[in-house]
Amino acid sequence: MALKTETMILNMGPQHPSTHGVLRLELELEGELIVDVKPHIGYLHRCFEKHAEAMTYPQVIPYTDRMDYLASMYNNFGYVLAVEKLLGIEVPERVEYIRVIMGELQRIASHLVAIGTYGLDIGAFTPFLYCFRDREKILNLFEITCGARLLYNYMWVGGLSHDIHPDFVRLTKDFIKEFRPTIKELNDLLSYNKIFIERTANIGILPLATAINYGVTGPSLRGSGLAFDLRKEEPYSIYDRFDFDVPVGQGLMGTVGDCWDRYYVRVLEMEQSLRIIEQAIDKIPDGDVHSAIPRRIKPPVGTVYQRVENPRGELGYFIISDGSTNPFRVKVRAPSFVNLEVLGELCKGHLVADVIAILGSIDIVLGEVDR
Amino acid sequence: MKTPDEIFDILKNNFNDDVIGIEKEQPTEPIIFVNPSAINKVCLFLRDNEELKFDSLMNLSGVDDANGEKVKDNDGSEIIKGGTLSVYYHLYSIKYKHKITLKTSTSREEPRVESVESVWKTANWHEREAYDMFGIIFNNHPDLRRILMPYDWEAGYPLRKDYKNPEFYQGMKVPY
Amino acid sequence: MYQALYNLTSNTIISTLIVALVPLTLILLYALFAIWLERKVSAHMQDRLGPMRTGWHGWLQTIADMIKMIQKEDTIAADADKKLFNIAPVLVFAGSFAAFAAIPFSSAIIGSEIEVGLFYIIAISSLVVAGILMAGWSSNNKYSLLGAMRSAAQIVSYEIPTALVVLTMVMYTGTLSLDKISQQQTAYFWNWNLFGGPEFGLAKFILIPFMLVAFIIMFISTLAEVNRTPFDIPEAESELVAGYFTEYSGMKWGMFMLSEYANMFAVSSIVSILFLGGYQSPFGYLGNTLGIEWLVPIEQLFWFVSKTLFFVFVQMWLRWTLPRLRVDQLMTVCWKYLIPYAVANLIIVGIVTLL
Repeated sequence: MALKTETMILNMGPQHPSTHGVLRLELELEGELIVDVKPHIGYLHRCFEKHAEAMTYPQVIPYTDRMDYLASMYNNFGYVLAVEKLLGIEVPERVEYIRVIMGELQRIASHLVAIGTYGLDIGAFTPFLYCFRDREKILNLFEITCGARLLYNYMWVGGLSHDIHPDFVRLTKDFIKEFRPTIKELNDLLSYNKIFIERTANIGILPLATAINYGVTGPSLRGSGLAFDLRKEEPYSIYDRFDFDVPVGQGLMGTVGDCWDRYYVRVLEMEQSLRIIEQAIDKIPDGDVHSAIPRRIKPPVGTVYQRVENPRGELGYFIISDGSTNPFRVKVRAPSFVNLEVLGELCKGHLVADVIAILGSIDIVLGEVDR
Repeated sequence: MKTPDEIFDILKNNFNDDVIGIEKEQPTEPIIFVNPSAINKVCLFLRDNEELKFDSLMNLSGVDDANGEKVKDNDGSEIIKGGTLSVYYHLYSIKYKHKITLKTSTSREEPRVESVESVWKTANWHEREAYDMFGIIFNNHPDLRRILMPYDWEAGYPLRKDYKNPEFYQGMKVPY
Repeated sequence: MYQALYNLTSNTIISTLIVALVPLTLILLYALFAIWLERKVSAHMQDRLGPMRTGWHGWLQTIADMIKMIQKEDTIAADADKKLFNIAPVLVFAGSFAAFAAIPFSSAIIGSEIEVGLFYIIAISSLVVAGILMAGWSSNNKYSLLGAMRSAAQIVSYEIPTALVVLTMVMYTGTLSLDKISQQQTAYFWNWNLFGGPEFGLAKFILIPFMLVAFIIMFISTLAEVNRTPFDIPEAESELVAGYFTEYSGMKWGMFMLSEYANMFAVSSIVSILFLGGYQSPFGYLGNTLGIEWLVPIEQLFWFVSKTLFFVFVQMWLRWTLPRLRVDQLMTVCWKYLIPYAVANLIIVGIVTLL
């Protein structure tokens, strides 16, 4: 008589320590082996896009903050670039420089959270607090600039909400000097830890062709070995003036495109962001950050699709204007939303513990997935 | 690298009437109009053609054009009759670094568009979102369910311009 | 100790009760201290201060937590198997508590001087597995069940290398009594088993590397037996929420917690008895030099507690430094590395001892 066996359905989340928010994963298990993963999203759905249709263009900016709450500066950045493109206005040099510096600081802060929580997923608690300690310093820099620590509403259409603090340049330089050695410390503690490598190398391998077909972008795509970074690919703002590298996954510890590669690309990217900030910080020209802010924002009829390299990938804003003061339609192409889709493909055949490792390595923010 | 005009010419030669036209009166990039029943074939061609190689779908968004006739509903609120719903496709070629925007429009009463999920897997969730928000039905989509809204949401499609919040959902009061 | 008390009170019940109460108080005091220590160790490793408000450097924090825990509502899930659910924490705690009966804290403080102490401890601490399985099954929660299954597999597997090393040491010392093993390693620290034992000669120097290997295997496998990082897979927070005790609350949860810390102490004390001379001082006693005889057991207690707490500290240190292994990797470490080395070590030490 054949023994009748069944697979077990395990609901991971929406309340679970490692789903990075309110993601629900329906795991079909054979013992501890994954047969299928079904992500269920929408628990944080606020319908940003509907809100945006009822607001004027500048009023939408605070809502963009609340999507990817770990990279609010960059969400502002993408939106204001899109509206500026629609309006066809130029912004002063000073604004461009400050935007790039803030964007890169935000990228470091966001990667620190990604790396720290990834360590936490694998079971290493201490690196998490080291990362948060360093992130705190960046948040302090943001705080003296605009008064907010998480949701900034800092970049406005045509300018910035506040000019930088007189001490900002000095403090940022101090931060860079302090932060460089801690990247090495982090590598010693986590990246090159034998157990960490055992847990992440050769796990969740994402082949390049699959990654492109699934629209995966950001560090997850670069981890698969393609140097695709929008800052180089189609430079927006003033990114073409800086010298920096695009790190890619090389399969140092396993296969190209495994969890370790995706993780390590983020570590290397922090160093590149520091380089950009170093180049920009001394060249900030004088000027008025409010001079180009238009009195009345009423773009001409038309559409625009503007994409920027958010810490998590390609953040795109598709805006349709009907010539009024409110956008007719704002669609956000959220990198986390698109990257999450590939999870099911990556998890098949792995163990429950690997799902956590894979989910952490694609680094999603649920505020952005659900918008 | 090809300009949108060149891409339009290539498409026009291959698909005749299914590629309707090109609109260049835009502040940014031009838009090519495509017949909704042929969008999957056009996209497959764009992806596989050696000269075009549009290997990534950057974005897919549904839009309510709100170009129909506005009439009063029984309870006095305004609803839209007729007109179109549209889907925009933003494509990019990593190899040649060129971009193109496609647009396809379908009737509001029976919105049906061919799915491009088989061309780019990333379209799966994008199309589910468009279905969830606008009620656009994508033919041949493998798993067309709601994605952001609850699976049992019965009050319609939120991003349509004439959407009204329901009073109650599962016995819970909705307007706060 | 029982005999001494019996002579004093000439009442079996009273003396038995006192003998039983002493380890319990010790465990409770130790657990209070260890939980506070864990918090402080982790905090200082992570660049923070840890509890600071309650008492000097927060030393009252654990007591405050205990009071809170006792007052908490005791929730039992509706679909749980209530009987098993209630027995499980008691069983787990009893298992780890009973082990303390045979541990010689000093030459004067031993709960019970049984001849087969080592055997008894290994046997009785296996009771914990039954408790954990009960907890996991009766909770009627998939995470608990997975955690309990992992835990059972892990503890049972890691008992093999532990037992093999214990066997090696029993063969070498020729006794199962923990007190006698401690006594053998008297006088100076080069007489400890880690350094080849008390007998001088060629065999001592040949044995040193093998003793070191045995010591390392023993430490790693005991780490796994008490479910500490990098082997804390049964309660892997980021995967299984809290493993087999996900559904527990209040004092029942506290009993799991207490037994975890009690276990840490028990295994550390066995490692220190087997390899580091137990309660023996590394360099003679002040009591003997001064001629104050009653001072010697107190000194012994001090040395025993210091050695054991050192290992407890190392366990904490590892916990806050290392990530966690995966289930299959954990089994690989045990079956592919620890057991073969332990067997080889057993044979070599056996031959050397025989010669």
